[in-house]
Amino acid sequence: MTGAPLPEPAASPTATEEGVPSTARPPQPRWRQTLVLLARNPTAAVAGTVLLLIVLTAVFDEAIAPTGPNEIAVEDRLQPPSLAHPFGTDDLGRDILSRVILGAAVSLRVGFLAVTFALVVGALIGLLAGYYGRWVDDVLMRFMDILFAFPAVLLAIAVLAVRGPGAGNTALAIGIVYVPVFARVTRASVLGVREDVYVRASRSVGASDWRLLTRHVLPNAAPPIIVQTSISLAFAVLAEAALSFLGLGTQPPNPSWGLMLAEGRGFIDLAWWLAFFPGMAIFLTVLCFNLLGDGLRDVLDPRQRTLMAGSGR
Amino acid sequence: MTDLPQRPTAHAAGVPASDVPASQVPASDVLVSARGLEVHFPVRAGGALRRATGVLRAVDGVDLDIRRGETLGLVGESGCGKSTLGNALLRLVEPTGGTVTFDGTDVTGLDRRALRALRRRAGMVFQDPFASLDPRRTVRQTVSEPLEVHGLRSGRRERAERVAELLELVGLDPAVADRYPHEFSGGQRQRVGIARALAGEPDFLVCDEAIASLDVSVQAQVLNLLRRLQRQLGLTLLFISHDLSAVRYVSDRIAVMYLGRVVEVGPASAVGSDPQMPYTQALLSAVPVPHPSLERTRQRIVLRGDVPSPAAVPSGCRFRTRCPYAFEPCPDVDPALQPVGAPGQLAACHLHGVVGRPVERAEEAVPAAE
Ligand SMILES: Nc1ncnc2c1ncn2[C@@H]1O[C@H](COP(=O)(O)OP(=O)(O)O)[C@@H](O)[C@H]1O
Ligand code: SF4
Ligand SMILES: [Mg+2]
Repeated sequence: MTGAPLPEPAASPTATEEGVPSTARPPQPRWRQTLVLLARNPTAAVAGTVLLLIVLTAVFDEAIAPTGPNEIAVEDRLQPPSLAHPFGTDDLGRDILSRVILGAAVSLRVGFLAVTFALVVGALIGLLAGYYGRWVDDVLMRFMDILFAFPAVLLAIAVLAVRGPGAGNTALAIGIVYVPVFARVTRASVLGVREDVYVRASRSVGASDWRLLTRHVLPNAAPPIIVQTSISLAFAVLAEAALSFLGLGTQPPNPSWGLMLAEGRGFIDLAWWLAFFPGMAIFLTVLCFNLLGDGLRDVLDPRQRTLMAGSGR
Repeated sequence: MTDLPQRPTAHAAGVPASDVPASQVPASDVLVSARGLEVHFPVRAGGALRRATGVLRAVDGVDLDIRRGETLGLVGESGCGKSTLGNALLRLVEPTGGTVTFDGTDVTGLDRRALRALRRRAGMVFQDPFASLDPRRTVRQTVSEPLEVHGLRSGRRERAERVAELLELVGLDPAVADRYPHEFSGGQRQRVGIARALAGEPDFLVCDEAIASLDVSVQAQVLNLLRRLQRQLGLTLLFISHDLSAVRYVSDRIAVMYLGRVVEVGPASAVGSDPQMPYTQALLSAVPVPHPSLERTRQRIVLRGDVPSPAAVPSGCRFRTRCPYAFEPCPDVDPALQPVGAPGQLAACHLHGVVGRPVERAEEAVPAAE
C-alpha cells in the first residue's frame, strides 16, 4: 500500500462519529406529526373542525334532526325561521333544518363515494403510467386525455342517462369525471419519486415492483394526492348539488342540498330561507374542503416537517 | 480489414480485445467477472417520435475480474462510466452487450427468481446517504427490508435481533432503530445504508462513491468501517471513487477507467506507484504527495483538452486525443489490455507493443474530437 495512510479514528471502530440522537423522546408517527402541524395552521384547523362537525351531523342525522325529512305539515307551510323551525319550513310545511341535516348525509355520501372511486381508479392509473412509463404511460394517459376532453357536466349527464338517476349512479358519474384529475396528479408525483435513489436502493436488495410501488413510491408520492382529495371533495359536493339541481341526481322527495336549492328557487321572492340554508350548507362545506386542502398542501411539504423536528439537515 | 495499412505488430497480435483475459488467475478465485461488457444508451432527439439519433457508450467493452475477498478500487473521472459499470455488474442496469459472471453463473440471462437470489448475494452502497434512505421509513424498516424480501429471520423477535445486530455491526446504537432518517447525520445515514446492504449476508458489495458526499472528517471513519467489514465478513468489494488517494488506501487492486473502458488494472502498489498507461500516470501525478520534499519535486502531467463525449468515442485508443505520447498506431488500433510492469498488472497502451483490434473502416467515420 503506497497510499497516504489516513488517520484511524481515535475511538474504537464501533463508536459513532457524532452523537446519535439519544433523547428518550419516542419518534412520532407521520400522521401524528401531520395532525400537530395542521392544528398549528389556524385556517386549516378551523376548516377541519367545521368539517368534522358537518360529517358528524351527517352520520348522526336521524338522531339530530328535529323531524323526519318528509314529514308534511301543510298548516305550517312557508313559515319563516322561528324558534320552532330555526331554518323555517318549505312549501309543504317540512322543517328545513331537518332537511338540511338529512341532506348532509346524502350530499356527503355521494361526494365521498365519488371521490373514493376517482381516487382509487385514477391513482392506480397514474401510478402504473408514471412508474412503468413507455407504452403503458402512452396508452393510459391518452385515454385519460380523451375522458378529460369531455365537458364534465356533459360526461356526468351521459353516465346518468345510461344508468338512470339515484345516489349511487350520481356518485359514479361524478367519480368518472374526476378519474383523469387523479390520474394526472398521481402520475406527475410518481414521476418525481420513481427515480429517487431510495427506490433504486430497495430494488438493489431485491424488492419486487409491487413492493417498490406500495411501500416506497406511493407513500412518497402521496402528499399531492391527499391535497387533491380534499379539493375534489369540494367539487364533488358541488357537482352533486348541480346534478340534483338539474333533476339528474337525488330524486324528490329525498333531501339533498342541490335538490333543495332547485326546489327553493321558485319561492326566492316569497320565502328566501328555502334556498338560503341549503345554499349556505354547500358553501360552507366546499369552502372548508378547499381550506383544508390548502392547509394540507403546506403541512405535507417535507421542509415544514424538518422545521418541526428541529433536527436533521 | 484487408484495406488497412499493414502493421506487422498489430496483425501478429490481432487479438479481439474481449478475448484477452483481464487477469491471469484461476477461475475459482474470481467472484465477479465482466467480458466485453457494454452499456450503450440511446441518444434521443426531442420531439414526438423520440427517434434514437446516436449511442452513448457509457460502458464500452469492459474486461474485469474481481477476486473473491479482495477490494478492487475503480477510479476514473466523473462521467467515465464507473457507476454504470457497477450497476451493470449487479444488473441494476441492463447490459447491451457482453457478459457478467457471478460466482460462475452468467447473470445476463437470469429470470426474475434467480435475479432476486443474486440481489441477496450482491448489494450496493450508494453515494448520497441523504437520498438513499426512504424518508418515510424508520431505520428498522429500511434495514429489515432485505430480510422481508428474502424471507430471512421470519418472526418479529428474530428480525428485531438481526436489525440490532446489523446496527451494532456498523457502529450504530440499536436503540435508534425506530427513528427516521432525518434525525441522523450524513455519516450515520451512510452506516444505515451499509447495514441495509449487509442484511442479506452478501458476498459482494459495490460501494459507489460511498464516501464522496460525506464531510471530510467523517470520510476516513466510513472508509475504515468498510475496511473492517470487508475483513471481518470476508466481503468482496468494488470500491468506486473518483479519488485516487481514497482508492489507494482501501484497495488490494486498482482498475482505472477512461471513457467506458478499463484501461489499466493491477495490484494497488503497482498501479498506484508505477502506472503503465499514460492516463493513469496523469491521474497519479495530480495526487498530492504527503512528503514535503517529494511534493516539491512532483511532476504534474497536465492533460490537454477535455474528455471527449461518450457519444463520440475517438477511434483506436480512446485516450489518444489527450495523450502526450500518442503515436502512429493509436488512431488505428484499439489497444487491448496486456501484461506489463509488475506481475498481474495489465495496461491498454501501444507503448508496450501494439496489441489490439484494428479499427474497421466504418468506425473511422466516428468523429474524433481532435
Ligand atoms: N440512464 C442513463 N441514460 C443515459 N445516459 C446515461 C444514463 N446513465 C448514465 N448515463 C451517461 O453515461 C455516462 C457515464 O455515467 P456514469 O456511469 O454515471 O459515470 P461516473 O459514475 O463515472 O461518473 C455519462 O455520460 C452519463 O451521462
Ligand atoms: S495507446 Fe497511444 S494514445 Fe493510447 S495511451 Fe498509449 S500512447 Fe497514448
Ligand atoms: Mg458515478
